[in-house]
Amino acid sequence: MNKNQETRVLGMDQHELNLFMKRYGIVFVMLGMFVILMFASPNFLKTNNLINILVSVSINGVLALGMVFVITAGGIDLSIGAMLALASTTIGAVLNLTGNNLLACIAAILICGLLGLVNGVLVAKFNMFPFVVTLASQLVIRGLGFVISGGYSFALANPKFSQIGLGKLFPLMPYPVIILLVVFLISYVLLHWTKFGRYVYAVGGNINAATASGVNIFWTRTMTFVISGIFAGIAGILMTAKINAAQPNIGVGYETDAIAACVIGGASFAGGVSTIPGTLVGIVIIGLIYNGMNLIGIESYYQTIVKGLLIIGAVMLDMTINKKRS
Amino acid sequence: MNNTNEKPEYILDCKGISKSFGGTHALQGVQLQVRPGEVHALLGENGAGKSTLMKIIIGLQKEDAGEVQFEGKPYSANGPSEAIRAGISMIHQELNPEPYLSIAESIFLKREDTHQHTPFLNKSETNRRATELLKQYHLNMNPKALMESLTLAQMQMIEILKAVSCNARLVIMDEPTSSLDSEETERLFQTIRNLKEQGVTIIYISHRMEEIFKICDSYSVFRDGRFIGTGKVGEISVNELISMMVGRKVENVFPKVDCPIGDVVFKAEGLTGKGFRDINFEVHAGEILGFSGLVGSGRSETMRAIFGLDPLKSGKMYLNGKETRIKSPRDAISKGIAMINEDRKNYGLCLFRSIRENISLPNLPARQKGFLLNQKREKNECRVVAKTLTVKMASIESQAYSLSGGNQQKVVIAKWVLAAPKLLILDEPTRGVDVGAKSEIHTLMSKFASEGMAIIMVSSELPEVMGMSDRILIYHEGRINGEVMRANILNASENQETILSKEFGGR
Repeated sequence: MNKNQETRVLGMDQHELNLFMKRYGIVFVMLGMFVILMFASPNFLKTNNLINILVSVSINGVLALGMVFVITAGGIDLSIGAMLALASTTIGAVLNLTGNNLLACIAAILICGLLGLVNGVLVAKFNMFPFVVTLASQLVIRGLGFVISGGYSFALANPKFSQIGLGKLFPLMPYPVIILLVVFLISYVLLHWTKFGRYVYAVGGNINAATASGVNIFWTRTMTFVISGIFAGIAGILMTAKINAAQPNIGVGYETDAIAACVIGGASFAGGVSTIPGTLVGIVIIGLIYNGMNLIGIESYYQTIVKGLLIIGAVMLDMTINKKRS
Repeated sequence: MNNTNEKPEYILDCKGISKSFGGTHALQGVQLQVRPGEVHALLGENGAGKSTLMKIIIGLQKEDAGEVQFEGKPYSANGPSEAIRAGISMIHQELNPEPYLSIAESIFLKREDTHQHTPFLNKSETNRRATELLKQYHLNMNPKALMESLTLAQMQMIEILKAVSCNARLVIMDEPTSSLDSEETERLFQTIRNLKEQGVTIIYISHRMEEIFKICDSYSVFRDGRFIGTGKVGEISVNELISMMVGRKVENVFPKVDCPIGDVVFKAEGLTGKGFRDINFEVHAGEILGFSGLVGSGRSETMRAIFGLDPLKSGKMYLNGKETRIKSPRDAISKGIAMINEDRKNYGLCLFRSIRENISLPNLPARQKGFLLNQKREKNECRVVAKTLTVKMASIESQAYSLSGGNQQKVVIAKWVLAAPKLLILDEPTRGVDVGAKSEIHTLMSKFASEGMAIIMVSSELPEVMGMSDRILIYHEGRINGEVMRANILNASENQETILSKEFGGR
């Protein structure tokens, strides 16, 4: 098509505007929520509340940042909720044996990463559907959590472990927020600045073209599940510290919020489309829904409804901005 | 069909049609006048506005201005089903069959027969009607066979039958031969002649000039959204038509520039795999080796196996004189073999990623700064390559799907320019590409050859193979059935007929 005349908005032509809206449309939604909450509740803008929001999204945030790798490569990981429980009981067990916090954290991350590897190999090597693989493996993983704990919750042998959830680096910055930001930075670099990230996009965008371009499909797909597992392990540490106990029954349904954050943040379920900053925005939006509704005093039942509607809205927004898949 | 005298001169009469998308004028006051019972060629480069006009006619888009008359009456459709009810059907270039429906179910989809006064399907009646229809068009197919078991050509025939069974008086065919071999094309032409006899009018869109002159009665040419001219096919030459389409004289569509031929780069010995047997050949630096043959004769299968996409059963390959084994495309690429697949959408591009990401995808390992990508270098390189290959684009950050077919193909080629392979395999490099981009792609191939690259080109277009190749290997049913040298083409001792006869198994 020849483009001699263009209607220009904000100095952008139609194509650029579409790209811009696609990239930043969800940021406007987030800002809109900020503005509404500012007026709706005088407490909203208090530093304490803002930090609280970040703390409250840290677990889901770390999970979502792992999930976005899997979704971008065209998969899905339903096992991360169960991994939280396994991480928690692993931490409890290691603390009982050694009392060493660092060792407990490493063990939790390792075991979740390893199970991510199993998920990845089943998906990439045997070409099984990620949905089915992780639906099944979450049962196994939760079962392992129960086996390790004997089915009970128990107190942590090292009382300092809970400092991971409660402690602050500077007077203001709680550790969970710092961990979320570090995971965010790692994810950003991995997905946007490395060869691996590019391969993740290619595998999700068009697996045949990726193969024909020399991309190692097996390695790329497997690694996305390993990352998801490792991040679930990190989220498990945060969760265990927060509840200050090893519990085999936590994390039920957490994969839903993680998937929601990815989708609201612009990740396409078809694969190949997502951004890390977008995912972070999606995470914050979900935090704002919970926090804002609490501030305004809306019952928690409605929060789930709003979240569901928002996901549908986000997907519809994505469809209208990109009228390409028709 | 009623042949009364009150019939209007034109069955389809489009006048002053304009259509803009945003600020882009896709059509500016174009006309298209089609006489009843003729095969009317609609010509123009990609982006000339042909598809936009066809979308307006079948109701997928609404014109901004202008008037369409069908069978003498003002016509407009809100969507394809309304167009079909009015008597206009379109056979799309890319068919989207329901793979698990039978032929009969597929033909009568949404018009199923039911037992009287019940909502239950009457399958035997549907099958009976399908059998009748198949017989009428001399097609030897089982109406109960599943669509997925058919070849592309057969699926297309079913689409045509579907149109006919809906009482279509005007059938639009968009590049119907782009994935057919010459035999299938001939069969399609026979069907088109049958349709003509039944009084059906056809609008025929194709980039292949030979076909236009073989099957079409008249033509209309569009360029850049404007109407350029119309007339009888018998009264115009190929070169005149091409220059109407591109607006400039194309002196030589197939310019392989002679260059010195160097050492053997790649040698195949007794390659055997699914669809091909005992393939022996060698290709030299600076040489373009053409692979000619019918679609399905095993050429693409051979190339896929060499590139590591499919397994080889037996045979040896030598790269620069050393025996080599290729397990995967990654392996092939690291050894200096690149392949441009015939299936651009599936194997060429990640359509929703940027042009930059597509171009650099196979070249990332060499462009790392430690753990990270050297993005500055990447951007510069992609910009330079895209410019060298004259890719028409808004920016290198535009998504690949926003490009026309020809420009998408250039992006695919750009991927491998950076890789600088020793052996470049091009499978149908100009399929679905407009005339201008085609000649640019040919120029590029000449340039690569002159830089010492060994090139294998698979093509189903004889003029292309004959114009571009230094040597032609002719495939027949999975074997090489002959070899033709460029010199013999130039001195006319070998011609299209001799090559064609070898493609069909002759000696």
